[in-house]
Formats: sequence, structure tokens, C-alpha cells
Amino acid sequence: MPTERGTKVVTARFGNEDARTIAGYEKSGGYQALRKALGMRPEDIVNEVKASNLRGRGGAGFHTGVKWTFVPKDATDVHLVCNCDESEPGTCKDRELVYWDPHLLIEGMIIAAFALKARVNYIYIRGEMMREVEVLRRAVEEAYQRGYLGDSVLGTGFACHLTVHRGAGAYICGEETALLNSLEGERGQPRLKPPFPAVKGLFGNPTIVNNVETLMNVPFIVQNGGKWFSDLGVGRSGGTRVVCVSGHVQRPGVYELPMGITFREIIDEVCGGALPGRTVKAVIPGGSSMPPLDADELDVPCEFDALQTDERIKVVQVRPGQDFDMGGGRKLRTMAGSGGIVVADDSTDIPMFVWRIMKFYAHESCGQCTPCREGVAWMEKVAKRVAYKKGHPGDLDLLGSIAHGIAGNTICALGEAAAWPMMGFLTKFRADFEARMAQSTVVAGAGGGRAA
Amino acid sequence: MSLEFSADSQRKIADLCERYPSKKPVVLAALHLAQKEFGHLSDDALRLVASTLELPYPHVYGVATFYTMFRREPGGRQTLRVCTNVSCMLRGAYPVLESFERELGLERGESNAEFSLVEEECIAACANAPAVLCGTRYFLDVTPEGVREIVQYLKKHPHPEGEVA
Repeated sequence: MPTERGTKVVTARFGNEDARTIAGYEKSGGYQALRKALGMRPEDIVNEVKASNLRGRGGAGFHTGVKWTFVPKDATDVHLVCNCDESEPGTCKDRELVYWDPHLLIEGMIIAAFALKARVNYIYIRGEMMREVEVLRRAVEEAYQRGYLGDSVLGTGFACHLTVHRGAGAYICGEETALLNSLEGERGQPRLKPPFPAVKGLFGNPTIVNNVETLMNVPFIVQNGGKWFSDLGVGRSGGTRVVCVSGHVQRPGVYELPMGITFREIIDEVCGGALPGRTVKAVIPGGSSMPPLDADELDVPCEFDALQTDERIKVVQVRPGQDFDMGGGRKLRTMAGSGGIVVADDSTDIPMFVWRIMKFYAHESCGQCTPCREGVAWMEKVAKRVAYKKGHPGDLDLLGSIAHGIAGNTICALGEAAAWPMMGFLTKFRADFEARMAQSTVVAGAGGGRAA
Repeated sequence: MSLEFSADSQRKIADLCERYPSKKPVVLAALHLAQKEFGHLSDDALRLVASTLELPYPHVYGVATFYTMFRREPGGRQTLRVCTNVSCMLRGAYPVLESFERELGLERGESNAEFSLVEEECIAACANAPAVLCGTRYFLDVTPEGVREIVQYLKKHPHPEGEVA
């Protein structure tokens, strides 16, 4: 449950059992924004969303209104797809949002579909979320019965159909082009871009893929205006931010907080601080694919741009003395990602923790690109032997160099999702890894650092 | 031995085919339904899905083996998914998983008639770690000591995954 701090937007109905039904949702103001939107011109809705500075809440933080304008003007068969495949470790907001306010998502989708002139639309939901599949299917059925969905939404002539599409267990399907392949009945392997989905997506048609939380903000933008939403946030990031705080804090939880609140405030004030007698050691700022913050970097704001550019955050290195280059000389600090904040205190075995992260990405690589398929599995093996005191001389540099070889050389970002935290933890917690290497029982020269 | 879908599943598949421009996107739903009816996806079950949706068998095979929720071998009536990913790990997920192993007499990845025990990746319940999922039921803030109670509860109130197909 959120604490009382700042304006609540998408979590305002949390805890309200009645609002989970369509009658209760309508009673609490639901579907009013849709009525207003249906009286607007679609391009005006797009403009409000652009003015709102709403940015994608799934991970990349791309400007939603700008994304919507990528659909070709003369397009006829457009699709809107909601990405409800939440599986980034440490992230549990979309599942809660869907459980507590399924109709807010549906209303946001109908408005977005109207703005995009999208008539055949889907919610792609993770296969394991069986409870939420039932919640959404029931809510969609209710919305059809009340005329919010169908061949003529509320008698306006606008046809809008929505189908809940259940996945079957594959992290990679959260990547939007893998999601589209999965929705088409293929294996969930990412597509080369371009063409981008907004031009050629689902069934070859222009398609916009948006995250659950992103779409849930849309009714409020229509009701209150883009400027209102933009003013709620800071800089180029409008609105609030829903974060999921887990790990070593007194009060883990899903919290809707003011954009730009610092990590120290989140940990100490919202979540009651570290566990008794412990101090915070590492903080993953937005899902396990993001480079961590260390204890000296917690005064930076939890906001898209700050996490990429704030100079108080150390630059990620390939090895000591060599900054990682993202291309064109761009340096990597970290990113806001999915809002999954994982707090690890000084009791944490960092090499073991990093091995668990690598184990996940090695398991979830779709196998399509060699650098990811082979490289992430290789990192997992080396990280494991390091963690278990079987590290070979040179293994830490080897890990950095494998990560460097993966990043930027794959079709989708899963390669980076493993390479970035590997390099990030090595950069900021090298002493922990070196201490473990010093305990290694492998004799220099006996194994060979290149063997995997 | 050739298999047949129940009338209910046939109707569900036919309804779903109306929601897409072709039958191919219904493959995941049809595989979920087949697993619900037959317990696992044997070669015959895959052939049934292929013929029902007019898809090549190798395509259905490729899809069924890509996604982790589909199983090619028989398993337990219920699937216990114990998350051990980072948020749960920090809160003691491995002792919880070991407690399930002792309680059920199974190792992770094994099944008996009642339960399959799965070491699961993040199930999006990180704020209440360690978390365990069985069908539509989440068990939150689980302790090794609480495992016996969960198992006893599920024996009395089963939550098979097939209920949501």
C-alpha cells in the first residue's frame, strides 16, 4: 500500500475492492475520461499526451506521445497492444495495478485506441499471472456488456475490440517485437528493427506497444490535461512514478511517489530504512538489468534523465581504467528501467548475488544471437565459479571482456540486460569480487583463465 | 493413439479463432488447453493442436518447446512455483525452496502425482518476498517453517494451473 506522499494517480483505487467491478469503477469516476475523449479529435488526444511528458513505464522511458506519432498518418489497420508481460526481476507493479484497477487499464486502452484509430487490440499478459488473467478477462467482458467495447463504442461508431492474450513463460516476450511474434503464434524471438512496430508490427500492421502503467495514466491526462500531468513530474518526465521496493528494507512495497524523489528518501522515509543493525550496500534502481548504485550514490533522484546523466553516479567500466562506451562516446551510468528497486545490505554476498542475476539472463536468452546465447551462458559459468571460490586467475577481467563483447552486438536488449549489471557490479563492488578471488582454491596456471 | 479436444475446449478454440486474422495466434491458448486436458503435451497432443489449427507439426513443436510453462512429460496435478530470483533470494528464498524439497520428498524440477516443484524466476511479487505461486494462488512472505502449512492447505484446496486455460 502506498504511503501518503504526494498525488496518487494510478494507485488511487488500491485497496478499494468495490472499484474492481465495473459498477464500482463507474461510481468512482471511471469511464468519464473515455466519454470526454470520444468528443475530442484523435490528434488532440495525441497532442495532450505529448504535452504531458508521459514516458514509457516498462523500461526504456521513451516519450509515449512521440511514439504514437510514429504511426503513419494514412494507416488504416492499426493495433494497440498492452505489454503486461512484467518479468524483470524486482518488478511487481503492473501485476498489482491490474489486480486493483483492471478497468483503468481498459479505459486507458480504449482512449489510446481511439487516438490511434486502432480497432483490433490485445493485452499480452504473462502466462504465470493466472489470477490476473481471470481478473482481466472478467473486466473485458464487463466492458463489452456495457458498450465500452464492441463495434460501436458508446454508440459513436468507433469500433474497438480487446482480447486478453495469455503467454506461456518466457521473459523475452516482454521485449516488444518478441511479444508481437509470440502474439502471432510464433516462438517469442525479437525482430530486427527497423522496421519499428509503429510502422510494421502485429500482422504486418502499424502497432503501438505500451506498458500497463503507461496506459493507465492516459485517462487522467485526458481528464486533467497534458500540462497538469507534466507539472506533476520534473523536467522532461511527467506524472508520478510507481516503484516496487524489495529486498533489505523494513517496509518493502509498491509505492506511487513523486517523480524525482531520491533513493535515500525512498529507502529511509518511505520504506522505513535498512533492516535493524544493517547498512545499505547496493541498490538496483530499476530491475536487475540496470547497473547498481552504491551507498554513496543514493542522493540522486529516481527519474529517467537523472539516472543516465547525474555525475554523482560513477561511470560503468569494462575494467579498471576503461570506461564502457555505449557508442559514439556515450557513457553508461544507469537507467530508471522498470521501477523495480532492489535494496541489498551489507550482509549480501555480492558475487553470489551477481551470479544469480547471470543465471536468470542465461536461462532467458532466446538463443537467436550468438553473443547473447553463448556470451551470457559463459558469464554465468565464470560468475558461478568466482562466487564459489573456484575463480581462475584473470576471471574478473574475463567477465568484463565477455560483457563488453555482448553489449551492442545483439538484436534486442537482453544482451545488455546481462552485460550492464555484470560490468556495473564489477565497477562498483570490485573489492568484493577480489576478496572472493583471493579465497579461490584454483592454483594459478593449473586451469587456464580462458577455459569455460 | 489419437486424441480429441473436449467439446468445451473445441468451442473455446473456435471462439478465439474469431479474435485474430488467422488461426496461428491461437496456438498458445490451444497448447494451454491441451495441457489442461491431457496433463502434458505428448507428441499426440501436439499433433492434435497442429491439426486443429491447420499448422505444421514442426511449428507447434517449436512453439511448445520454447515456452517454459509447457511440459512434454507428465507432472503433478498442481505446480508449486518457488521464486528464487534476486528479491526473493535476499529474503531467504533458498531455505524456503529447500524446505519444500524436504516436505515433499522431491528435488527442484521433480514431480509426484500431486505436485511438481519448480524453482521459478521472478513472479512479480517482490515486495512480499519470498513468494510462491500455485495456480491462481500467491503465497507471500513465506518462511521455511510455513511451508508445511502451505502444502497441507493445497492438498485440501488444490489449485491446478489448468483452471485458467
